Amino acid sequence: MPVEKEKLIELYRTMLKIRLFEERVAEIYWEGKSPVFNIAADPIPGEMHLYIGEEAVATGVCAHLRPDDMVAGTHRSHGHYIAKGGDLKKLMAELFGKKTGLCQGKGGHMHLFDANLHFGCGGIIGAGIPHAVGAALAFKMQGRDNVAVSFIGDGAANIGAFHESLNLAAIWKLPLVVVVEDNLYAISVPKSKSTAVKSNAERAAAYGIPGVLVDGMDVMAVYEAAGEAIARARRGEGPSLIECLCYRYRGHFEGDPQLYKPEGEEEEWRKKDPIPNFRAKLIKEGILTEEEANKIQEEVAALVAEAEKFARESPWPEPEEALKHVFL
Amino acid sequence: MRKLTFAQALNEALRQEMRRDPTIYVAGEDVGKYGGIFGVTAGLLEEFGEERVRDTPITESAIIGSAVGAAAAGLRPVVEIMFIDFIGVALDQLFNQAAKMKYMFGGKAKLPIVVRTTCGAGMCAAAQHSQSLEAWFMHIPGLKVVAPSTPYDAKGLLISSIRDDNPVFFIEHKMLYGLEGDVPEEPYTIPLGVADVKREGKDVTVVATMAMVHKALEAADELAKEGIEVEVVDPRTLSPLDKETIINSVKKTHHLVIVHEAVKQAGPGAEIAAMVAEEAFDYLDAPIKRVAAPFTPVPFSPVLESAYIPSKENITSAVKEVLGK
Repeated sequence: MPVEKEKLIELYRTMLKIRLFEERVAEIYWEGKSPVFNIAADPIPGEMHLYIGEEAVATGVCAHLRPDDMVAGTHRSHGHYIAKGGDLKKLMAELFGKKTGLCQGKGGHMHLFDANLHFGCGGIIGAGIPHAVGAALAFKMQGRDNVAVSFIGDGAANIGAFHESLNLAAIWKLPLVVVVEDNLYAISVPKSKSTAVKSNAERAAAYGIPGVLVDGMDVMAVYEAAGEAIARARRGEGPSLIECLCYRYRGHFEGDPQLYKPEGEEEEWRKKDPIPNFRAKLIKEGILTEEEANKIQEEVAALVAEAEKFARESPWPEPEEALKHVFL
Repeated sequence: MRKLTFAQALNEALRQEMRRDPTIYVAGEDVGKYGGIFGVTAGLLEEFGEERVRDTPITESAIIGSAVGAAAAGLRPVVEIMFIDFIGVALDQLFNQAAKMKYMFGGKAKLPIVVRTTCGAGMCAAAQHSQSLEAWFMHIPGLKVVAPSTPYDAKGLLISSIRDDNPVFFIEHKMLYGLEGDVPEEPYTIPLGVADVKREGKDVTVVATMAMVHKALEAADELAKEGIEVEVVDPRTLSPLDKETIINSVKKTHHLVIVHEAVKQAGPGAEIAAMVAEEAFDYLDAPIKRVAAPFTPVPFSPVLESAYIPSKENITSAVKEVLGK
C-alpha cells in the first residue's frame, strides 16, 4: 500500500529530530568533560548512551503508534521517546538534571517516563520487556485495541526476561511487539560471540510467533514490518518479533574508546545512513524539494535550540527534593 | 613503596593468582577485549587467552549459575557483575544456590567462587547504577562479603577471596578505582573477617566502609585540629564481621559513630550498632549514631546526588553530637 506523502515527510522529520537532538547532546556533554573527563561534570552529568545511527528503527515503528499505545524503551531511549512524540524541552532538561525535566531531575537520561505518552525506559537490560507484556495484558483485559512495543538491544535477547516474556505473551496471545535493535554489539561484545543464532528473528519460532529480520537503516523497511506486526497485535492475533539490523555510530556510552570496532566498519555503515539516504530518496521521488528539506532541517534545529535554552535556563531542584517520591 | 590505583591493584591480584593457579578463570560482560568497564580486567585476555578470560552475553543469571557449576566441578571462577544493581537478575543463583549448597549438601560441596561487582554513587549514574546494597548480602548465611577501601586492601583481600573455598561477594566502590596507594609487588593475603584500624584515636570510634573510610579520615583530620581524637575502623569484610576489633575500639573510646553510603534503614550499620549494643553496651557513654544515605533511591541530578551521599560534615557533626560538643 502506498504511503501518503505527509507520512513520508513525517518519518524524515522524526529521524532528523532524533539525530539533531542527540548531536547537540553530544556537544553539550563534552563541554564539561574536557580536558579532564569527570563523568559527573555539568552541564549533562552521568553516563550518556546515544542512539545516533539507529533512528530509522524507532521512527519506523512509532509512526504506527497512538499516544495511548505503550512503549518500553532501553538505556538508549532518547530516540524512542522522541519518535513517540516526546517533549524535547522536558527531555533535555532531564538530561541536565534540572527541576523542569521529565522526571524532575530524579531519573536522568536512562530513566525517562511520560505518563501521557505511555512511555517508560530504564537502565537494567531486558527489564522493560515484561513491562510491555504487562501493558499488553492490561490492554487485552480492558478490551482496548492498543499495543505495547518493547524496544531492546541485541544484547538483551540473551537474558532470561526476553525468553520468559515472549513465551508468556505468546501463550496469552497479547498485543505485544518486541523490536530488537541489532547494532552488532552488546557494549564491546560482538553478536557472534554473544548470540547462538544468526538473527534473533529465528528465536520467534521457539514461541510460535512471527519473527522477521529487516534492514534497520531503511526507515521504510522498518515501517512496513512494524505496520504488519502492530496491525496483527491490534487484531488480537498475538505478539510478534522484529529484528532490525542497524549500527550505532558512537560508543556504547560517550567516552567509550570503541577499540572493539574493526577499522572501516563505521564507514561502511555511514553509506547506509538512514537520514541522508531517505532525504535523497524523497527529493528524487519529488516528495520534497531541496528547499523544503532544508526548511525542515532549520525547523528541527530551532526546536533543539529551544530545548537547550530551556534546559540551560531551568533551575536546579532543591536538595530536599531528594527525599520526595519514595512513597506516594 | 610502589603506588598503584585501586583498579590496578585488583588487576594485579587477578593476574598473579591466574598465573599461580590454572583453575582460575574470569568471566563477565566486557571483561575480555574491553578489559572491564572500569578497567579491572585490562590485559588479562592478552595474557591468559579466551579460554580463561571469557566475555559473556548479558546473562547475569547464567554468569553466576555457571560459576556455581564450574566451581563444584573443580574450577575457581572469578566472575564480574558489572554493577551491583544488576545482581537482581541473578539473585537466585547467588543466594539460593551458591550460598546454600555447601550447607544443604552436608558440607560436601566446595564452592570457591568470587563474584566481583561495583557499587556506589558519585557518577550521576542514578537509581539503577549507583546503589550500595552490601547489607543484602550480609543477611545471607553462606556468603562472605568483602568491601575494601584502599588499593593495598583491595589486592590482599581479592587474593584471599580467590583462595577461599566459599562463595565471596566482593564489592568495589566505583569512586575508589582511581585512588592511588602503596601496594607491594609480590602477592600477599589479608585474612577475610579481619578489620583494620585506619587511624588510632581515644575519643570516638568511627566504623566506616569503602568510600566512607576516606571521608571519615578527612573528618578525623579536621576534628584533630579541635582536639578530638577519632579512631577510624574499617571492617574490610562485612561478613564475617570482625566484632572483636570494633568492640575493643568501643571499649577504648566509649563512643561509636557508624558511616556507610548504603541507606540507613536496615543498612550494615544496623547490624554493627545492634552487635555493639548487645555486646558492649556498658562501655558506651552515649547513644550510637549512624551516618548514612537517606531512605531513598539514588537521585540523578548532581544537586540531589550530593545531598544524598553522606558528607564529611555529616560525620564531623555526628562525632560532636555523640561527644556532646
